[in-house]
Amino acid sequence: MSTGTTQQHPIGLYLKIWALLFVLSTLSYGVDYFHIQGLLRWGLIVLFMLLKAGLIVAVFMHLAWERLALICAILLPPLCLLVLVGLMAAEADYTHLTRLLFFR
Amino acid sequence: MSAVHVPVAAAGPTAGAGWRGLVADWSSDREAFQVAWGKAMMWIFLLSDTFIFGSFLTGYMTVRSSTTVPWPNPSQVFALHIGGADVPLLLIAIMTFVLISSSGTMAMAVNCAYRRDRVNAAVLMFVTAAFGVTFVSMQAFEWTKLILEGVRPWGNPWGAAQFGSTFFMITGFHGLHVTAGVIYLSVVAVRLLRGKYDGPKATGGREEPSSGRAVPLERGANYQIVEIAGLYWHFVDLVWVFIFALFYLW
Repeated sequence: MSTGTTQQHPIGLYLKIWALLFVLSTLSYGVDYFHIQGLLRWGLIVLFMLLKAGLIVAVFMHLAWERLALICAILLPPLCLLVLVGLMAAEADYTHLTRLLFFR
Repeated sequence: MSAVHVPVAAAGPTAGAGWRGLVADWSSDREAFQVAWGKAMMWIFLLSDTFIFGSFLTGYMTVRSSTTVPWPNPSQVFALHIGGADVPLLLIAIMTFVLISSSGTMAMAVNCAYRRDRVNAAVLMFVTAAFGVTFVSMQAFEWTKLILEGVRPWGNPWGAAQFGSTFFMITGFHGLHVTAGVIYLSVVAVRLLRGKYDGPKATGGREEPSSGRAVPLERGANYQIVEIAGLYWHFVDLVWVFIFALFYLW
């Protein structure tokens, strides 16, 4: 196809990604099941989360084969949420400190 | 990839006045996204939905890290008592696998649609919808269990009161999305079987750039709608990945 937007891929690819998602979900469940704590726990949770999200978006939603204009239009705007997360993390810390000072 | 863009002759700064002129000026008959219009619109909708769920999860982060009362341990709250032992997060893990399986069958349905295999695509979409119903039923069970144990949006027996409000808000909104997806998939699958997408006026647009050229009709059927519905369904699965990690596992 000249436009490069037809999304026909071998069915085996989907089966492999499906299996991979199962493995990753099992691993992230294992993090809780085996009571992994601390930084390792949070690191593993985020790692498995991002891997799963990446596989779903790239392969199942076919974003890996779309044109760059569409990819940028979809993936760049949500980065604004990181700014919100940063702001609210600072705000939550402040609220937490004032609560410790005045409501205990 | 020689995507030659074909401008339409009638377009230009002089095209019409009033509202038509405004539209012509802004669009200038240029296509930024060379996909079917239905697909572009679905992506834009999903982008807005990303912000909704992103804001919910950010709000959850804010109340959880600002409370001075300990947060209830999700691992214990969502444990199931099976065979004399508490298995942590068992129901949630099963729900996760159900939703991932539904994404798998949906991907196969899209694949069948591209091969113009109408019946198999519809069957796989019904299977996907059935997985969705399973998921929502399990969620209803989980809600019932927690409500009976005394979880309310304003409090719970184990700790920070904000646990209930964020739990009902986030999982409830996600469950609503799954329910809507089940209905959406069922409608599309039924229409697919009835041959509604086989004519030249199929909804969702075509993959060929519609820039003035006549769309070739010899292939007739247009099952693009299956991929568009699939995008929505995969997104619902995607949101669950984040909820599972940030709410249940954290």
